[in-house]
Amino acid sequence: MSLAEVITKSSGDGQKLKLEHLHMVYGQGAESVPVLEDVNLEVSDGEFVCIVGPSGCGKSTLLNVMAGFLPATGGTVTIDGEVVSGPDSRRILVFQERGVFPWLTVEGNIGFGLAKLSREERRQRIAHYVQAVRLQGFEHAYPSDLSGGMKQRLQVARALAVNPDILYLDEPFGALDFVTRVIMRGELHRIWQTERRTILFVTHDIDEAVQLADRVVVLSSRPARIQDILTIDIHHPRNISSPRYLELRDELLKQIGLAYEI
Amino acid sequence: MKLPARFRPVLFIVLLLVGWQVAIDRHPGQILPGPIAVAGGIVDLLRHGILFKYIVASLFRVTWGFSLAALLAIPLGLMLGWFQRGEMAFYPLIQIFRPISPLAWIPIAILWFGVGDSAAIFLIFVGCFFPMLLIAMSAVRNIPSIYINAGRNFGLSSSEFVTRVLYPAVIPQLLVGLRITLGIAWLVVVAAEMISVNSGLGFLIVDARNAGNRYDLVVAGMVIIGVIGLLLDLAMRSLENVKSFHWSSSEE
Repeated sequence: MSLAEVITKSSGDGQKLKLEHLHMVYGQGAESVPVLEDVNLEVSDGEFVCIVGPSGCGKSTLLNVMAGFLPATGGTVTIDGEVVSGPDSRRILVFQERGVFPWLTVEGNIGFGLAKLSREERRQRIAHYVQAVRLQGFEHAYPSDLSGGMKQRLQVARALAVNPDILYLDEPFGALDFVTRVIMRGELHRIWQTERRTILFVTHDIDEAVQLADRVVVLSSRPARIQDILTIDIHHPRNISSPRYLELRDELLKQIGLAYEI
Repeated sequence: MKLPARFRPVLFIVLLLVGWQVAIDRHPGQILPGPIAVAGGIVDLLRHGILFKYIVASLFRVTWGFSLAALLAIPLGLMLGWFQRGEMAFYPLIQIFRPISPLAWIPIAILWFGVGDSAAIFLIFVGCFFPMLLIAMSAVRNIPSIYINAGRNFGLSSSEFVTRVLYPAVIPQLLVGLRITLGIAWLVVVAAEMISVNSGLGFLIVDARNAGNRYDLVVAGMVIIGVIGLLLDLAMRSLENVKSFHWSSSEE
């Protein structure tokens, strides 16, 4: 081991997730469809990365590969130096809708991944995350009694409760109405600032990406390659009518091939 | 006059009974006994102490046939639904057996079990087994993949996965299945008792006709069968109302 290697290893560059030459092909032979093509990305610990791209380009596939639900047909996903080979409670995928278990109460859902904890620890953890996503008073309610936004907050709470290193969010606010979506954005940002997890967030909403992300990864249309990575160099709280914000937003719109005017 | 909504069906039934009695009084004949004669038949059966005995005999056979079918068909169906190869192997076979009426099994049942309770129980079992099997298979297949993925994501072991995701996810459909098959069991027991035993409500109907054309007792038997069938269905329905069971109906 050279001195340089020792230094980078011991100092820890904070790198969390690494995608190397990731390829994904659905089907076989003549009917095969390439979905991901040579995707390379490094995400550092505690970073908030948004992934945008034209619809159907393979954003969700990429997220499912990173979470270990789909085996890649080529390349590797590495987390903390360990190659991902399947789903794991250290990294939780939050789905767009219907992800909470309808047969469990709010408490039951948040405690779903906590079976190994003692009763007292579990109770504390549940109480903490009920508070974190502001579902106080609904502890014993079933998901059918919650609104769409509350269900998504519940899903995020259930994910955070198992203390994962990484959260993968697959258009988590995509099925919500505009106002709820904006509120949820603020909530997620607040939670991210207090809990400091690494977040990979797939969205088709450009504003969502510019408001939340440290960096925005733009994917090309299928087969998805990384077309560009934009660093959002605006401090929080972000002023959504500042020139820099609008500049970045325009840049992203241009990147995914949308004109300035309808 | 305002009548509470739940009394309206009762009032309607009373009106029909009165109409029935009036029609019988105006055209006396051999077509059908009137409601008063039928009520007399029920009293007769009660006085001789056989009504209660026959009801218990029928319920005993239904309980055994239905429980055995559920105990075998549900685990097997869940397994076949989960492992797609199993389903591919068994599906054609099940589809061939399913449309065979349980009544077609009567000769086989008597050949295998002789005349008696076992034959009747076997017929009920056959009548319930295949519908329950198919319902259990489709219940597993219809679990949204999102629940399965969420379960895998939280690192559940296989046995935890079965008890904490698979089982609660299929419960609502299984309850509907049990309700349907209990109805089938109640249909089949009457037919089975007409042929293979000498007790029970089905036997009562055949016996009342053979032993002197007591049609008041025939219709009395039919009424009792209908009322008990209704009570069984209500009991199954009350199961569906348990909060953590009936989630699917409220979710969609």
